[in-house]
Amino acid sequence: MVLVFAHHSDGKFKKATFEVVTYGKKVAQMLSCDCAAVVLGSSDSAAVLGQYGADKVYSISDSQFDNFDSQTYTSAIAQVAEKTGAKVVIVGHNSTGKSIVGRLAAKLDAAVIGGAKALPSATDGFVVEKNVFSGKGIACYKLNTDVKIISLMGNSIQPEIIGADVSPESMDVNIDAPLVKVIERKTVSGTVPLPEAELVVSAGRGVGAPDKWGIIEELADVIGATTACSRPVADTGWRPHHEHVGQTGVAIRPNLYFAIGISGAIQHLAGVSSSKVIVVINKDPEAPFFKNADYGVVGDLFDVVPRLNTALKEFKANS
Amino acid sequence: MKILVCVSKTPETTANINFSNNNTEFDTNGVSFIMNPYDEWYALVRALEITEASGGTVTIVNVGPATNDAVIKKGLAIGAKDAVRIDAEPTSALFVAKQIAAYAKSESYDIIFTGKESIDYNGSLVGGMIAELLDLAYVSYASSLELAGNTATLNREIEGGTEVVQVDTPFVVSAAKGMAEQRIPNMRGIMMAKKKPLSVVAASAADDKETVVEFKVVPKDRAIKMIDPENMKELVRLLHEESKVI
Repeated sequence: MVLVFAHHSDGKFKKATFEVVTYGKKVAQMLSCDCAAVVLGSSDSAAVLGQYGADKVYSISDSQFDNFDSQTYTSAIAQVAEKTGAKVVIVGHNSTGKSIVGRLAAKLDAAVIGGAKALPSATDGFVVEKNVFSGKGIACYKLNTDVKIISLMGNSIQPEIIGADVSPESMDVNIDAPLVKVIERKTVSGTVPLPEAELVVSAGRGVGAPDKWGIIEELADVIGATTACSRPVADTGWRPHHEHVGQTGVAIRPNLYFAIGISGAIQHLAGVSSSKVIVVINKDPEAPFFKNADYGVVGDLFDVVPRLNTALKEFKANS
Repeated sequence: MKILVCVSKTPETTANINFSNNNTEFDTNGVSFIMNPYDEWYALVRALEITEASGGTVTIVNVGPATNDAVIKKGLAIGAKDAVRIDAEPTSALFVAKQIAAYAKSESYDIIFTGKESIDYNGSLVGGMIAELLDLAYVSYASSLELAGNTATLNREIEGGTEVVQVDTPFVVSAAKGMAEQRIPNMRGIMMAKKKPLSVVAASAADDKETVVEFKVVPKDRAIKMIDPENMKELVRLLHEESKVI
């Protein structure tokens, strides 16, 4: 059995979870076994996980799981893994998954890869790739224990509809009360969080001042992208810290990354170089970022970006 | 508060990364090493602020060979009281976590800090592993930590936002940006660090459950297409028709 942890927020599943389920199903096909998903806390939409590849859905709806705690979640997932004889346990490499993955590996004394970016290869053992050195290299890890733990980077695989709804089965686990108490939850509504975003519009010092971000936000609005920024911009308080992408900020791998007025320091590139397509707009033709771009525009961003916004609006209106 | 801060040694952030021995090893030639920024800027500094405000001690622990001492001494210069180096190559996350857990078990620390991840292997694994091995609560990706008595109030990252949580000591926390500001060691700190205890302890038995069988260099240069800044319609067309991302 391959077991995936199907994370939800207040009962709702998002794309990142469907990615993990589809990944789990593909690993299960490789190993000629079934894929099960485990859902902790109440959700009335768990059946949909079947569509993305789960052969079985186990639901543990104890209200204790309505708040996240790494200890109780790990204990529950480990118990389900043991009951189902899971050989591979997969979580997303997101905030929740990263709190669980290490605990789970220690609890099961198992081989682990934190942040896998592709399906395993089984030609010589069980080998999985991940980015290392903040995106400057790739390492192929061979997982040598009977039970293997994987956390999967977002946007590594597209969710696929490969099955039909599966009725959740309940399962009992023994859990102590969580030691960590959640006092308050503050979610940013409206935009897709950076680690999950497929389209990202990022700007740097080249914009010149915090009140000149209007054209950047407009570009993001037109294509439905999430906004981001470089480190100096976050450090000077022009933009909030959670927008900082790069080696010491958020590492992202969207399908499309716009870098506007960002020179492309190595620390910035480390956090964004896994983006599928990179567009660089900069007035300095010598900006190092052009060496790491798929499309480059040399020009003043205050001329180029409004022109781009107009072209994108026309495109959106006609498509 | 008796606090332990786990630090790792990583390549400097601007280092070029190359691999040797038929791409099976990280090539350390010409690479300078630093204390992992998350361990130094956020975990260590916040630990020091806590003990400065309400008393206690900060101990640094590192798993590594004698060549790691320079990084450890920087932590002492920044302000830690003493340091422990567990004398072994840090070959995998679980190996490192087992070493630290074995050391910390008998020491009864109130808080064990790690950085949110190391900038070399980026696994975000060791903090959770230590918590599990010691059966402690774990708060990961925390951007603030305030103590009142034995109760800590922390902000932590969750999907699409943050959460305020509370936990009593003892616990393990991984520190992210916002937790504290980087401190540059001053001359007095550097001089005092020379007299602070750095004890070396033998490693306990543990094996590696996974091994890196091959490294790959990420292709650096993309084949760039330059677009006329007057013709943004062309850029839109290429993004739609050629790379199919919009």
